[in-house]
Amino acid sequence: MSALPPYATTGQRAWYYSFRVICGLIFFFLIAPIVVIIPLSFNAQDFFTFTPEMLRLDPEGFSLKHYRDFFSNDSWQSAMWNSLKIAPMATLLSVSFGTLAAIGLSQQHVPFRRAIMAILISPMIVPLIISAAGMYFFYSRIGLQGTYLGVVLAHAALGIPFVIITVTATLVGFDRSLTRAAANMGADPVTTFFRIQMPLILPGVISGGLFAFITSFDEVVVVLFVGSAGQKTLPWQMFIGLREQISPTILAVATILVAISILLLTTVELLRRRSERLRGITPS
Amino acid sequence: MSDTTQNGPVLAADGTPLKRSLAKALRLQKLRALMLIAPLLLFILVTFILPVGDMLFRSVDNRIVQEVLPKTVVALESWDPASSELPDEAVFAALAVDMKAAAELKVHTRVAKRLNYENPGMSSVFRKSGRKIRKWDVENDGPYKERLIELNEGWADLELWRTIKTYSGTRTAGYFLNAVDLKLGAEGVEIRPETERIYNTMLVRTMRMSLIITFSCIMLGYPVAWLLANLPTRKANLLMILVLLPFWTSLLVRTSSWKILLQQQGVINDVLVWIGLVADDNRLVLINNELGTIIAMTHILLPFMILPMYSVMQTIQPTYLRAAKSLGATNWTAFWRVYFPQSVPGIGAGSILVFILAVGYYITPALVGGTKGTFISNLIAYHISTSGNWGLGAALGSILLAVVLLLYWVYDKIVGIDNVKLG
Repeated sequence: MSALPPYATTGQRAWYYSFRVICGLIFFFLIAPIVVIIPLSFNAQDFFTFTPEMLRLDPEGFSLKHYRDFFSNDSWQSAMWNSLKIAPMATLLSVSFGTLAAIGLSQQHVPFRRAIMAILISPMIVPLIISAAGMYFFYSRIGLQGTYLGVVLAHAALGIPFVIITVTATLVGFDRSLTRAAANMGADPVTTFFRIQMPLILPGVISGGLFAFITSFDEVVVVLFVGSAGQKTLPWQMFIGLREQISPTILAVATILVAISILLLTTVELLRRRSERLRGITPS
Repeated sequence: MSDTTQNGPVLAADGTPLKRSLAKALRLQKLRALMLIAPLLLFILVTFILPVGDMLFRSVDNRIVQEVLPKTVVALESWDPASSELPDEAVFAALAVDMKAAAELKVHTRVAKRLNYENPGMSSVFRKSGRKIRKWDVENDGPYKERLIELNEGWADLELWRTIKTYSGTRTAGYFLNAVDLKLGAEGVEIRPETERIYNTMLVRTMRMSLIITFSCIMLGYPVAWLLANLPTRKANLLMILVLLPFWTSLLVRTSSWKILLQQQGVINDVLVWIGLVADDNRLVLINNELGTIIAMTHILLPFMILPMYSVMQTIQPTYLRAAKSLGATNWTAFWRVYFPQSVPGIGAGSILVFILAVGYYITPALVGGTKGTFISNLIAYHISTSGNWGLGAALGSILLAVVLLLYWVYDKIVGIDNVKLG
């Protein structure tokens, strides 16, 4: 497919180019909805479509007013701070428990490995509305509903599968003789873990952490049920905005979030390549 | 070498038999692995598995009737619900005692609400009577049968007594039956009246739309995965970013973007009008219907289809295709008979993943689906947060969970949960 051979017939040529056009259209479908909100967020009017001024590239048609609104509006600001308070704590919990368990799971002899794995992955599989409803009932019963701790615990549970998956994937190529060598030279298990194993699996741990972070940072269903007004996060605020009265400030928020995702995506990709290089697997 | 090593069991350095020594080491290893996993397992159990289990239990829990009307339930045991006569005085007396106690604690409204789900109209009988019975002196105000019927003629309704009798157990299948548009009558399972049937339609719609979404993801994902798997690595990695960026972008961002694009005054309609495909006064309705949900969810779930397909297609040797062609196969035959069968595992993995995610979706249908494009999840959320019929919400949730777990099991058989890849 990479190149068209010189002897290709007209029909083959036509198919080759039309296939590329089809793929191009699908890529356009994937990316256009995300890209299109970026220019729209600089709209000087309160419209959700391109104004004639914008199409003429008239500087009058563009402004930062929606961004100013985001940074000066109290409800958006408190939502942003709530998100920034919840996501890191949830990530910390997921990563510390998850890494430990992933190391346990990648040992040679683990009884009930499949069953344990199935339980640990389940928060990713169970539909969010079911998790949310269950947590709502159970957390109200033990007094965690509507508290910061409740939301953090719920989000940590949702982020754990991602940590488990990424860290066990990193541990697949881990050379066990390294830890044995360290033990041989008199290092205790804790020293071995922090000085030998941790630096090698760190890329996997960090990308797992980023996944857990974005899971919590993006999550809205569970927080709607488990949280109360005091834990209103950014996605919650966006959800209300979209359902009730849609304000163009959402476009500015969305653009900021897209920028954050690009940043996270780049980091994860770089880490993945680094990890593959460290383990001697050529990047695919 | 000493004789023992030749005759007796092989010994380890410390003198114990090697076999036992090895077994001990293995046990220790297993124990250590479990110790590392235990904290997380405990964490997940408390924060996740118990809550879900708690919710599932609510779908069959029916203790409320016995808790609030204990004496009535006992007294009703001797009454035959098939008979055409009202229960006797003893039952009415028990009811009066129970209702007075319940009304004082203000819990009679809870049992009223519970029974009202099964027999609409019962709630008002309980509420109205409760207020009055509170003032009664239940020791010597008789006869209760006449007094109660005088108070509210609802007590003379046989159906009401049959409902109490049917739902007097501590467990009930009522919520589940309700979730599939059936109900438990005095003679057994009955179909609900036409006007009350909504849940089957909803379940079928959720399944149908999830299948449509899965199918559109296959159609759109296959060419892209094929292109990515067959391009040189450098180019493929670049194009991969276009797949991964939507995957990493906030769900709310993608949903809001579709909400904005699909509006009647939105960018898509503007472009169509500008090209001349659509008249300005006849703009397409793309949102708040099934179409809106399908478009937005296909976009949101497409990366979950492309990534597994891509990882399978990467392993398919291009030489097979060349061999087929050199043996005289046309392009289409070579693709259909040689390449496609090898890519089926990728399609399977992607489809199950997309379908699992689609059936449980809540946010996107709630925002772009209007009333026609909502899923079963939206109904569950409605029952949990608005209507307060938690049992029914839990029953619907259990059905959804059963479907998802079944597919998860299939996915585990085909792909293996260990092989799930992210990014």
